[in-house]
Amino acid sequence: MKTKDYQNGLHDGVAVALGYFAVSFAFGMEAVTKGLGILQAILISLTNVTSAGQFSGLGIIAAGGTYIELALTQLVINLRYCLMSFSLAQKLDRSAPNMHRYLMAYSVTDEIFALDASLDGTLKPAYHYGITSVAVPGWVLGTLAGAVSGTLLPSFVISALGVAIYGMFLAIIIPPARQNRTILTVVLSAMGLSFLFSVLPVLNKVSSGFVIIITTVVIAGIAAWLKPVHEEENKGEI
Amino acid sequence: MTHNIYLYIFVMAGVTYLIRMLPLALSKKEITNNYIKSFLYYVPYACLAAMTFPAILHATASIYSALAGLVIAVAAAYKGKSLLVVALAACAAVFIVERILPFLQ
Repeated sequence: MKTKDYQNGLHDGVAVALGYFAVSFAFGMEAVTKGLGILQAILISLTNVTSAGQFSGLGIIAAGGTYIELALTQLVINLRYCLMSFSLAQKLDRSAPNMHRYLMAYSVTDEIFALDASLDGTLKPAYHYGITSVAVPGWVLGTLAGAVSGTLLPSFVISALGVAIYGMFLAIIIPPARQNRTILTVVLSAMGLSFLFSVLPVLNKVSSGFVIIITTVVIAGIAAWLKPVHEEENKGEI
Repeated sequence: MTHNIYLYIFVMAGVTYLIRMLPLALSKKEITNNYIKSFLYYVPYACLAAMTFPAILHATASIYSALAGLVIAVAAAYKGKSLLVVALAACAAVFIVERILPFLQ
């Protein structure tokens, strides 16, 4: 059973790895442009596994910012992972030893969380590790390729791969939204609210990490208040 | 003041790991409060939707190719295609539109 979960994870992780490659390729290029070594760029990708956090961190490192500034920026931009980990903590198989909570935390990313959350029933650590086993190599190899040579992949390939991650997100949220009107409303409201944050003056100054946190808390908070979920509906969905 | 690049990386990685680890390590009990349960049930949908739109519009070289990718991804997901198929269909749409665009401008 564990092997099956792991294999399912490997299989689903391929889409994540593809999307990661494109994003981390851009990160690798940027890191080298800003004066970091290839190995340093790879070390950042291997230890952080987060796109927005790494790009902003790069900016601070290149500008010679303070460690406090770097730590605070990471905290703000990556705070959404806190929400994701909290959600996964509830979904995690209760018979799994505690050690897994510390190991799985390494790769709680937007995309891997999306897959974990879309599973029916409880989350088995093996599934999470399966995704991680293909996604993180995709992330690290993309960084390497980008750092070694920005011309290794033609720009039109990078551009096309750029939508892969979003295609995957849509593949996760649309089928349940089709069957459940509340989920559909949640999806459309969240898109609408984050869109408002991107176009309205003042609001468009809010960092993307905070926009995701605010939107998620507000929309999920209102939905839970207006349409509380009952036990029997809770099964078999995200 | 000079900074050590490895110390920078350590700070980044440490903060990011703690944010991910603490909620997993600290909330071991099953939550019984129905409001929080409902909230957590909606979190993934709200979160993924907020991350997708409008960010997808700036994910490619042109907003038109991004729109094509968005439309194709929504259509494929609506038909219940698998993650990989939806992702690849979106990539293909972007690729094709970016090949056609130069002739239209």
